[in-house]
Formats: sequence, structure tokens, C-alpha cells
Amino acid sequence: MNFTFRRKRISGILTIVPANERSFIEEMKNFNFPESRSLKLKEVMGYDKHRLVEPGVCVSDLAVFGLEHLFKNGLLHRDEIDALILVTQSPDHFMPPTSNVIQGRLGLKHDMFCMDIGQGCAGFVIGLMQAFLLLEQESIQKVVLINADVLSRKTSPKDRNSYPLVGDAASITVVERDAEDLVIHANLKMDGARNEALMIPAGGFRMPSTPATAVLEDVGDNNLRAKDHLRMDGSAVFNFVQVEVPPMIESLLAFAGVSMDAVDYFLCHQPNRFMLQKLADKMKVPYAKMPMNVVEHFGNSSGVTIPMAITFNLATRLKNGHLQVCLSGFGVGLAWSSMLMRLGKLSFCEMIDYP
Amino acid sequence: MKSVVEILKEIRPEFDFTTSDDFIGDGMLDSYDMVTLVATLDKTYGISISGVEIVPENFKNLKAIETLLGKYGVRS
Repeated sequence: MNFTFRRKRISGILTIVPANERSFIEEMKNFNFPESRSLKLKEVMGYDKHRLVEPGVCVSDLAVFGLEHLFKNGLLHRDEIDALILVTQSPDHFMPPTSNVIQGRLGLKHDMFCMDIGQGCAGFVIGLMQAFLLLEQESIQKVVLINADVLSRKTSPKDRNSYPLVGDAASITVVERDAEDLVIHANLKMDGARNEALMIPAGGFRMPSTPATAVLEDVGDNNLRAKDHLRMDGSAVFNFVQVEVPPMIESLLAFAGVSMDAVDYFLCHQPNRFMLQKLADKMKVPYAKMPMNVVEHFGNSSGVTIPMAITFNLATRLKNGHLQVCLSGFGVGLAWSSMLMRLGKLSFCEMIDYP
Repeated sequence: MKSVVEILKEIRPEFDFTTSDDFIGDGMLDSYDMVTLVATLDKTYGISISGVEIVPENFKNLKAIETLLGKYGVRS
């Protein structure tokens, strides 16, 4: 499905990462694998460090901390937020919506729109699309898009497939109207038939959490995880990305009438280095145009990885000038989406530690 | 240059890869070993195995791996 948006822009991006940094070398002893095998995998996948929240820290804590930082530094004023979109798979509660919790904790005005979206790895692009749609309303001048997840709290420390790469983080992206009439192109696909490829089986209404769902199990791959934990079918996800993402990006560029060479950066979701290298090889994109260093420094924080790749790698350039970027998110759902836009002259583009 | 058997042996030294016809089914390679194997084959032979070809069928046994490498002009 193709989309076009006009006169919209991102005016600032802030990424919030927990100060608590853990390393793969320290955690290796928790996994049921010989060290030599884990070390080989570290090399290939780019596992090294990741940032995890301390017990009890929730998505709204990271979001409130980040927004307070912007208010305090005069980068955003609380009264100018007309809509607050939160994209997360780890809400504070089933109800109320965490976006409302954030609104309440910050004392934001009542005359505004709050919305939670339950998406993950494709959630930055999906959240931007929703922000652009809201900006079609005259009453909405400025949208705050928050992507945030604390999925380490739902990942087994004895699962070498998932735990070394998981990271917790939040990003705050301010979206508003643009005086220039530039077109933003986007596309989106979803395949719910493959929803079990990435899943936390228990904890919802289908399979409520019980003592039994908290029991660690070995499902035959030497990893121990409970039904309360995140489960990832690594092979299925890898294959999905390699098969679906390159044609999606090619199709987007064709739709926009833009050549591959005209794109300065391909800013993809950051599952692991190996997957991104294979993606770049398949698309014949030089590695220098596709940052793939987020997992090794911070872990994979779901919908936050694209803004994190931006703030970590391109902050100075994006504060001073513009770049033509292709954003691409893919994962849980399954969902995959991409967006071609001019990004730049940001009023802020930075990372901060929580707390 | 290392042979495929030598590379496999480095990844899982506890197995004899010349005696199995189904590395995956016999529990000698899991999907993460496959990733390590592909990265090592890429580096050793100076190729980039396409992501869409990283599926269990292509790493099932020595013959399957050799057939895959043959597509990239590698004779192991």
C-alpha cells in the first residue's frame, strides 16, 4: 500500500537510553552454550553492549524523562503539543493507554489527542504516518511521536537468541507542518498470518500469566524461556526480512521516481549487524550508507532503532543541513514499511541517558 | 584455503560432518550456527551468499553446501 504526504516535516529527535549498560561477555555464562560458540556469534551478529532498564522502570518513565528534558531546555513547550502518539509493545498497563498516563504525569493540556499504537519494529514509520494524518487537521499544529519499549523485562536472560540483542529505549520525534511543499512517499505491508514469528505468548487475555507460564522451558534449541517471555523464530524473521524488504524499498523508490544513488542514507531498523549486511548486499547499497552499529552499542530497541541510528550517527549533519533518507522498519506483526523523505535542519537531534 | 568440512569443524568441533546427511535434523547445526557458517564462508571465499539463500535446505549436508557455493563460482 502506497502513501504520499505533503508539507510535513520532522523538526527534532531525541533518544533516551537507560544508563545501565550490560555486556555480552559478562552475560555469556548465563547461556547454555559453549563460550567459543557464543563468541563466534558475537563477532558475526555484532553483540557487544546493550542498555537495559533497571527493574520497575516503565515506558512512561523514559518518555516523561525525555519530554521534561526538552521542556527544561526550551526545545519544546508543553502547551504546544496537540497530539501525543505512543508506539509501544510494553505499555505500563493494559488500561489506561500509556499515552494518557504520560499526558497526565506531565500536566499537559486537555485539548489534545492521545493515542497508543501497538506496533514494534516497523513502528517508527507507522507512527510518522499517523502523525502526518493528524496534521491534516487544522487544530493540530504539532505532534509528539514517542516510540518506546522496555522489552528486556519480557526476555529470558537464559535465551541466547533474544537476550543479547534486546535493548530498552525511547525516542521523541516532533512532527509538524512544513512551509515547503515537499512530498514524502511511504509504503506499508502487513502479514498477520505470520504473527507467531515474534510473540510473547502469555500475559494477555488469550493466555493469562500464571505460575505455569513463568516456568522456563527448553523447546529444543538449548535456550531457556517461559511463555511469559518474548519468543523469536530467528530463521523465519531473517528470511522474511531478506525476501520482503529489498523489493519494498525498490518499489518505494520507483513510486517516488528516485534512484538508489539519490538516497544519502538507508536508515533501517537494527535487528543485528549480519542481517543488515545481507540486506545491504542484496540491495547493492554501500555499508557506509546504511548504519548498522546500533545493536552493538545499545541493543535492538524495537521501534526506537531508526531514531537511534539517526541521533547516534547523523546528529551534527542533520542539525546543519538536509539529507535524503529512506527509513525502513520491519518485524513483529509481521509488518514492514518504508518512507522516503528529506530530513534535516533539526532544531534538536541528540541522545540522553536515563536517569 | 580452508575446506567446508574444516570450517564446519571449527564451528561445532564435537561433530563429524562427513558422516551425516542431515546436519539440521541431526542437531549438528542450528539456525545461529548457520549464520556463523555463512559469515565464515563469505569471508573465506570472498563471496556474499544472498540472504534469501540462507535457508536450512541449503545447509542440510555437504552436498547442499557445495551446490550453494557452486552458484558463487566456488569449488570447495
